Amino acid sequence: MRVFIVDDSRTMRNIQKATLATLGHTDVEEAGDGQDALSKVDAFGPDLILLDWNMPVMDGITFVRQYRAKGRTTPIIMVTTEAEKSRVVEAIKAGVNNYVVKPFTPESLCQKVSETLARAGKAA
Amino acid sequence: MDARYINPFLEAVRSVFSTMVHLDVELGRPQLAEALPRYDVSGIIGMSGDVVGSIVLSFPTPVAVQVIGRFASTELHPSSPDFADALGELVNMISGAAKAKFEGKNVSISTPSVVIGAGHTVARPARTACISLPCRVFCGDFSIDIAIREQPSSAVAA
Repeated sequence: MRVFIVDDSRTMRNIQKATLATLGHTDVEEAGDGQDALSKVDAFGPDLILLDWNMPVMDGITFVRQYRAKGRTTPIIMVTTEAEKSRVVEAIKAGVNNYVVKPFTPESLCQKVSETLARAGKAA
Repeated sequence: MDARYINPFLEAVRSVFSTMVHLDVELGRPQLAEALPRYDVSGIIGMSGDVVGSIVLSFPTPVAVQVIGRFASTELHPSSPDFADALGELVNMISGAAKAKFEGKNVSISTPSVVIGAGHTVARPARTACISLPCRVFCGDFSIDIAIREQPSSAVAA
């Protein structure tokens, strides 16, 4: 299982990597903003993308719109501080498959990852 | 400042520290503040939209080292870029969790900035009162300084 983590905080990427490792997902690529992610994502070919919203250069919602516009269907979980219902709706409309609000427990992130992979027909 | 904008920060700091730092926070009485911040290490985030201003999460260096170490699950020196990164993420999560409770308000937050150095100051937004929330964890005190106000809708339209 290949997981792509996009977050401008290296600390947050490390926390997510450590959490994914508890599920056995250690094949991880990282990007620090949406533009960096667009330049790396196709070469990596992830099964799942964990994506922050607020990032410099290109934010997460812009990444989703551009990635989906290319016809890519890889499931995306938005992992963000943006907790308002209007933001969740905006993200889902843009093509996000699931949503995790920071702060999160390792258990809640694991649950969303497993749930999203199962829905996408990929073994968790 | 309206209590509707203070209480969300009380809940946010407790939630972020218990979930991500694994620490209980004891909160003191919110107080009006003039000179900011009081400590050496500050994470700063801006708010824009229906509510504008800034949030400063400020620690004495030894407390910051302890808190950041627990958050990042590794000991980090204040001169390390990862130390600033982790502090920025903490103030980002607190501000994001708080603004989600501003009912009916459309608010955006900036990417965080971090300032490290004894005696530094952070300019307060004009015409905006600042409320300081004293916080205590097992290793010492820190503060969250909130200087925000509602943006009149006419100003937004302009």
